[in-house]
Amino acid sequence: MLRFLLRRLSESLIVLLVMSFIIYALLGLMPGDPIDLMIAANPELTSADAQRLKALYGLDLPIHERYLTWLGQALGGDLGFSRLHRQPVMDILLPRLWNSVQLMGLGFFLAAALSIPLGIWAALKPRSPRDHAINFVAFAGISVPPFWLAIMLIMIFSVWLGWLPASGMGQAGDPASRLQHLVLPVLAMTLLTVGGIVRFMRGSMIEALRQDYIRTARAKGLSQRGVVYGHGLRNAMIPVVTILALNFGTLFSGALITETMFGYLGMGKTIYDAILGNDYNLALVGLLFATATTLIANLAADLAYAWLDPRISLR
Amino acid sequence: MNRVLKRTFFAVVALAAILFGFDPARAGAADLTIGMSQFPPNFHPLFEAVLAKEMVLSATQRPLTVHDRDWQPSCMLCLTYPTLENGLAVLETTADGDEGIAVTYQIQPDATWGDGTPVTSADAVFTWEVGRNPQSGVSNAELFRRILSVQVIDDKTFVLHRDRVEFEYGSVHDFALLPAHLERPIFEADPSAYRNRSLFETDPSNPGLAFGPYKIASVVPGSEIVLERNPTWWGKPPAFDRVVFKTIENTAALEANLLSGSIDMIAGELGLTIDQAIAFEKRHGDRFNVLYKTGLIYEHLTPNLDTPLFQDKRMRQALLLALDRETISERLFDSRQPVANSSVSPLDWIYTDDTRVYDYDPEAAKALLDEMGWRDIRGGIRHNAAGEPLAFEFTTTAGQRLRELVQQVLQSQWRQVGIDARIRNEPARVLFGETVAKRKFDGITMFAWVSSPENVPRSVLGSDQIPTADNNWAGQNASGYRSAEMDSLLDRIEVELDRDKRAALWAELQQLYAEDLPALPLFFRADAFILPLWLKGLVPSGHQGVSTLWIEDWTSDGR
Repeated sequence: MLRFLLRRLSESLIVLLVMSFIIYALLGLMPGDPIDLMIAANPELTSADAQRLKALYGLDLPIHERYLTWLGQALGGDLGFSRLHRQPVMDILLPRLWNSVQLMGLGFFLAAALSIPLGIWAALKPRSPRDHAINFVAFAGISVPPFWLAIMLIMIFSVWLGWLPASGMGQAGDPASRLQHLVLPVLAMTLLTVGGIVRFMRGSMIEALRQDYIRTARAKGLSQRGVVYGHGLRNAMIPVVTILALNFGTLFSGALITETMFGYLGMGKTIYDAILGNDYNLALVGLLFATATTLIANLAADLAYAWLDPRISLR
Repeated sequence: MNRVLKRTFFAVVALAAILFGFDPARAGAADLTIGMSQFPPNFHPLFEAVLAKEMVLSATQRPLTVHDRDWQPSCMLCLTYPTLENGLAVLETTADGDEGIAVTYQIQPDATWGDGTPVTSADAVFTWEVGRNPQSGVSNAELFRRILSVQVIDDKTFVLHRDRVEFEYGSVHDFALLPAHLERPIFEADPSAYRNRSLFETDPSNPGLAFGPYKIASVVPGSEIVLERNPTWWGKPPAFDRVVFKTIENTAALEANLLSGSIDMIAGELGLTIDQAIAFEKRHGDRFNVLYKTGLIYEHLTPNLDTPLFQDKRMRQALLLALDRETISERLFDSRQPVANSSVSPLDWIYTDDTRVYDYDPEAAKALLDEMGWRDIRGGIRHNAAGEPLAFEFTTTAGQRLRELVQQVLQSQWRQVGIDARIRNEPARVLFGETVAKRKFDGITMFAWVSSPENVPRSVLGSDQIPTADNNWAGQNASGYRSAEMDSLLDRIEVELDRDKRAALWAELQQLYAEDLPALPLFFRADAFILPLWLKGLVPSGHQGVSTLWIEDWTSDGR
């Protein structure tokens, strides 16, 4: 077990290193830079100014030189300054990371708490009216465009009913205001996530309930509850854990559309703006956070497989 | 079990009370919440001119000079706008023997930073030092380079010695004063790190950074900026106790926030597009006041003049004659965006209507095309004697819905006279970062130029401003327009101090532009301000001076 963990962690470090270069190179391949765009918007800026600013921000150096400089500093613990925000990268990222964890974490928790029981409930009576009703809701959640859902939620709860704020983060230091501002984005995230998990849970549970060991359990006289939760659920959860792990990986990468629509300061919008603004340090560290979380989530999923199914061994 | 149920019930009621206790009106009658679609990336007045930052800083600071709402250069922080006539500007000879000019500015006597320190000439000296230092990273360093020295006369009077005499010698709009008493130690410790360590970045709510009607009270990065009255403000007291700038990037969400009462108004500078505003006015015009103001953003078509097809100016003229720009403006913009005849706005004092005008005339366009040899029409497309089709690529910014709509109409109108424009759009980043900046297009691109009142268009029309690999893609003359006559006009306008003589030169420039068509004029874009009925006194300028420069004139009437 320990060897497995050490091997996976060292593999993850190599993946992170390779990803850091790929991300940096991809950012560098984008046409133009912020100074070019600045010139287009400011008639007063001269070409001499543009050259000076490019040199000042290191944008005139070859991409590999810029990467090696960044890597050297990063290994020394200095992740650099955000070019756009003129603050240390971690000062920008940490609060937004926490915001994303709140939004995505609550959305993830609610979605899992709703979708697993709903999926099981639907699987117990396939093609029944309740299964159709649950499927309808699930497909609606999967198909609805996030921006449309967000606007609908704002229109219903903010414009028509006037119950909740339409967007923003709430007053600093006021938990009630913060909570009010979280409701709509969390609701949007939950509705958008729940459908997929319900479908997986339902399909997986139907498959599990068809297995021989379930028939054996029933033949032994176990109650329906004992059969479903004692024998079916554990096996049915294995594919669902994979989906949950992938969803968990997005906790730190944010939800761009939901964040934009609700004016929520999360990782998705931060990374997006950093990429468009050629803010290498911020974009790179943000994307590496997202990569690291996905790797950790996958590792956690592997551990969960072994716990759910003792036949799976970790070597 | 009952106890559990009771507890659950009370918990749910308490949570609901918190959640649904939201009251949009709680912000208070003395507050004004402005919605805009961009958040300032930083707050330093000399780094990166971003519109959202201008909106905030214009309420907390005041430039020495501005273009006023009548587009005339005037004083804001200074007492009297310096001119040769009033003696505050004096011609002089520089150390190099060139003709320079000494311009005297008197700072408003009561101007005081929010921490009680007077605004003085020492601040002007420090600002100039920061601006000139190549390590500081100031965007518009050209302004500071051209100021040879700053001479302090007294605490409230200083002289800028400039290296060249140009007609706007008194205007120093970008010379935004920095508080020397707070910023100098930080700058002197390490000029190259100043842009990251300045208090404008590390402590933007420091009262010592503001001397306008408001000061920054708090900042929630990316979300909102709260301003409150600055007790040291010397001018007319503003009407609102607090002004909140709230950033909502999506315009549909911005509109929903306005309707829900989360924001009071939408800034015209960074708000809804013109078509969204027109649609909004039709639906909610009884509840809001929608103000339209034509500005200085000039939408046009830039052909690559190195492409043989566009070298004959008759082709450019035919292309323009084939376009019904008036109908496009009427149908798509409710006539809120006027048709342009050249790059000079009709609102600018230098504008002349004594230029060639290209009203929609498809027959004249066809006649010109015939005259140039594009007579053979096959499959609806004209061909020349060599059998080449009259076709080119037509590019604009992908994803900018309104521009793409206009593009489709232009394409169909050209098609009616036998011209095949093939649409190939690109994301803004690619279009401006590569295609236009490095002239990587053979056909026509559609985009906009931003300018200021009486702006000399040297960077877009000068022969020496054509981006090439040799000059490291410097300049914005993307069409590759070369004209000795235009170059001469640009040179002469810049140094002509006599207003009447300059007006005559500007008329010549516009006539030449309308004849040569280095770019095909389309429209001047308009901003739409969505205001509550009770808000009075907001008068958009239409130029780069944002509305908050005059925020103390805004009042709440019958809220």
